[in-house]
Amino acid sequence: MATPNFLFGLAKKCFTVGLINLTVSDRYVSLIAIRGSSMSPTFNPHEKKSAAFFMDDYALVEKFCLEKYKFSSGDVVVFRSPSNHKQKNVKRITALPGDWVNISSSHDVVMIPEGHCWVEGDNPACSMDSRSFGPIPLGLVCGRVTHVLWPPHRVGKVDRKVTAERFSF
Amino acid sequence: MHIRGEGEGEGEGEGEMQTLRQLTPYVKEALQQTLRVTKFFCFLHVTNTYICTFAWGMGPSMLPTINLYGNLLLAERISTRLGKVGPGDVVLVRSPENPRQIVTKRVKGGEGDSVTYLVNPKNSDEEKTVIVPKGHVWIEGDNKYNTKDSRKFGPIPYALLQGRVFCVLWPPEDFKSIGKDIQ
Repeated sequence: MATPNFLFGLAKKCFTVGLINLTVSDRYVSLIAIRGSSMSPTFNPHEKKSAAFFMDDYALVEKFCLEKYKFSSGDVVVFRSPSNHKQKNVKRITALPGDWVNISSSHDVVMIPEGHCWVEGDNPACSMDSRSFGPIPLGLVCGRVTHVLWPPHRVGKVDRKVTAERFSF
Repeated sequence: MHIRGEGEGEGEGEGEMQTLRQLTPYVKEALQQTLRVTKFFCFLHVTNTYICTFAWGMGPSMLPTINLYGNLLLAERISTRLGKVGPGDVVLVRSPENPRQIVTKRVKGGEGDSVTYLVNPKNSDEEKTVIVPKGHVWIEGDNKYNTKDSRKFGPIPYALLQGRVFCVLWPPEDFKSIGKDIQ
């Protein structure tokens, strides 16, 4: 009987592939699905709410930036939500430690403390971001979004975009 | 087999093919070795990130639990991932002030707890009570006279916790297990 042997070999192969996959996605690059319209028009520019998973955008996330935690403002990052550690959000960094941020709603100017950053969605109308929870520690960041991989007609690099008016006060 | 059939006509081609064929087992062997090494590193990485890890703890902030001159600590990652860390646990935390640094502190309160702390233990008895917001924890060092903790930077997001320390391994005279300690 070769069947148990064959099954054992198959299980071993699956295990190896899983290990390598996990390592690569932890240390180098991974793939995420982006839900919701908080980052539109960069991701999910369509207006209708779609339930189907293939309507979401898929993006490539690189993890090399985690070695030094060096980011520049304008980078799109994936970070763990400060209020729920199981949830990951995608937003754009708009200010780094030492920068001043102009909060439009209350006309206040806040300085970002050491080791923190200010994140905002590209769609200010419906985005839970630093405007509601304040600056977040850089330690929550778990990757930088570099490319859109799906849908096919929007495959390409994600631009670094700096909104200059944030810094004027 | 196929290669031999093609190279039969020309002498030079045959020679090249011959050397190629001789090299094949070595290439195979090299590939197998590389795969073995890769697998080993992947296994190490996965164990280190998902199960348990070693950490070197030093400095005055966790006296007397952790030595001033450095202790080798063993920390597990499972309970932080499952959200089971509660008040009294010693944890590894990615510092909110410097993300490259990992510090050891003790959790004093989970989300929704109210924590009373001394604002400035060196000079006064002034106390303050705060309620830890959702998804956050309150961390403090055991040596409250010399530590940078939530008293300075407030409650921190739970996602910054990296592991729960459960054992001091080195030096041998300090060997002990660390459990919950609620004061």
